[in-house]
Amino acid sequence: MKFAARRLAHAALLLLAVSFAAFAFAQLAPGDYYSDLRVDSRISPETLEGLRQQAGLHRPFLARYGAWLGSAARGDFGYSLAYSGPVAPLLKERIRNTLLLTGVATAVAWFLAVPIGIWSATRRGVVEAALKVVLAVLLIVPDLLLAILLLVFAVETGWFPAGGMNSPDFASMSAAGRLRDTAWRLVLPVSVLVAGMLPVLVRHVRASMAETLDAPFVLAARAHGISPSRRLFRHVLPVAANPLIGLAGLSLGTLLSASLLVEVVMGWPGLGPLLVDAILSRDIAVVLAAVVLSAGFLIAGNAAADLALYRVDPRIRAR
Amino acid sequence: MQSWRIRLALLLLATAHFAALGAGFLAPYDYDDQHRDYPYAPPMRLHLQGVRPVVYGLESQGGEYRENSDQKYPLRFLTGRRLFGVDEPGVYFVLGTDGYGRDVLSRLLYGGRISLLTGLLAATLSLAIGWILGTIAGFFGGLADQILMRISEFFMALPWLYLLLAVRAFLPLHMDPVGAFVLLIAIIGGVGWVRPARLIRGVVLSGKERSFVLAARGFGGGAVYLIRRHILPLTIGVTLTQATILIPQYILAEVGLSFLGLGVGEPAPSWGNMLAEARQYHALVLHPWLLAPGAAAIPVLFAYLLLADTTLEMSQNPRQLR
Repeated sequence: MKFAARRLAHAALLLLAVSFAAFAFAQLAPGDYYSDLRVDSRISPETLEGLRQQAGLHRPFLARYGAWLGSAARGDFGYSLAYSGPVAPLLKERIRNTLLLTGVATAVAWFLAVPIGIWSATRRGVVEAALKVVLAVLLIVPDLLLAILLLVFAVETGWFPAGGMNSPDFASMSAAGRLRDTAWRLVLPVSVLVAGMLPVLVRHVRASMAETLDAPFVLAARAHGISPSRRLFRHVLPVAANPLIGLAGLSLGTLLSASLLVEVVMGWPGLGPLLVDAILSRDIAVVLAAVVLSAGFLIAGNAAADLALYRVDPRIRAR
Repeated sequence: MQSWRIRLALLLLATAHFAALGAGFLAPYDYDDQHRDYPYAPPMRLHLQGVRPVVYGLESQGGEYRENSDQKYPLRFLTGRRLFGVDEPGVYFVLGTDGYGRDVLSRLLYGGRISLLTGLLAATLSLAIGWILGTIAGFFGGLADQILMRISEFFMALPWLYLLLAVRAFLPLHMDPVGAFVLLIAIIGGVGWVRPARLIRGVVLSGKERSFVLAARGFGGGAVYLIRRHILPLTIGVTLTQATILIPQYILAEVGLSFLGLGVGEPAPSWGNMLAEARQYHALVLHPWLLAPGAAAIPVLFAYLLLADTTLEMSQNPRQLR
């Protein structure tokens, strides 16, 4: 329990530090949301200054950081100047969409990677070699290119809808129809994400399995006449799973951020396109919220992995 | 087993880098030469007339392109400062043109300069920072080590692409291509040093307890001498492995940022901002040659993957080095 409390406090402190640094860094940025309006001759410099005053951009740094923290604590995450409203409602739906996409993709990737990794660590042969080639190909084709290629494929064949999350007549569909529509539109972006995650995951699973299979205790189990399946499930897998917990934490931690490029290419209305638009329009509040939230996810994922490892691995507990 | 992999990888990389470096000579056009009469022209075929390669005239009819075999333009080599080209008014677009009628092959070669160089220079920057900080932290320990580890945790708390975007977000948006190029290298290299620094710190930490280092210290070797003579050679392996991992990652980072419009901007080409034109996927079905920069990245990434795997295997089995 002491370990858990310390680890969580560490995570919270780290998140606070990240938010402070991001906020401080944002102040160094040249220009703000109103800078682009300056070129518009209909708006006088005095008006701009007034707008800045109104937005509170003239207040001292620490006061604004405090205000931002308070707003984040209330669940608003600041005030978006481009959208004229609190940031949180903007983010909420986007985050839900992103998590839907990455959640499905991560689940599929792990669901495929674990059996493939286990299988390929124990076999040698043509199929295993072919699998290696396929995974290497997936590894070297950039996600960006794959996403574009799949879109072209979708447009050419017409088998899959290209881009977006919902059909135009989504609102008039029944609940089952909506589910089917979204599921159908998930196929392509999820495929790209799985293709990106799978080679890395399989590599780790295979390496961990291969290392464990070489361990003396496996040979001892074999010498004791323990059946192969029991050896695998009872003896090898729990040990091999240990290093994978950290990787799983990383998978969880990048749920919010892994799909940025894919979302932009495929027109998925997730956090990625919102962040890119916010950067291009200097909407600092949205950028800050997206950055801090993604950091929060990663920090939480890593902390969760550490806690899980602490529960599972007695060697860490003993320390 | 390993030598052919290294040779293949080095061959691919040498080809790619020479092609990019020699863009001024190899490319038939400048990267910003616009042929307004030929937007989205498809890749053109080379025909043989006897033994002379010729290019037929290109005619556009309502967006459709047709070769006119009545007009023949012989392909000339070593004309001016170019490797090859055809006389005006003939045109030769090996990989077609983009929406402004700019030759895709030429832009691909010039763009390779920016994309490949960003990867190389940013990785050099990361490794330099990582090596210096990692060595100091590992060798001297104490407060320096504490500070480095805290800072690195901080950098690792943000997902990679978000970290890049966060830094990019707070810097000027519109800048000239050279400035953007330098800025990209600084951002990518400057935020990516954490992993190499931590790995090198680990190697140095275990290396400084090795008996020959202790012996040299016992003979009165100073810190600088010990690091240069004994610690540096120990870190070469991990540094090289990190280079083979970081360079492709950074090339992809440049491609991603430029694709999003946050990297090198028009008219200067980079593989990323060329691909950005392929975002109009409905048009892309008709103009698949716009994907060429993505295809060009594949052999480069493949070569680095081969190198990374091979160096990794060698560092696990040092005997194979011989």
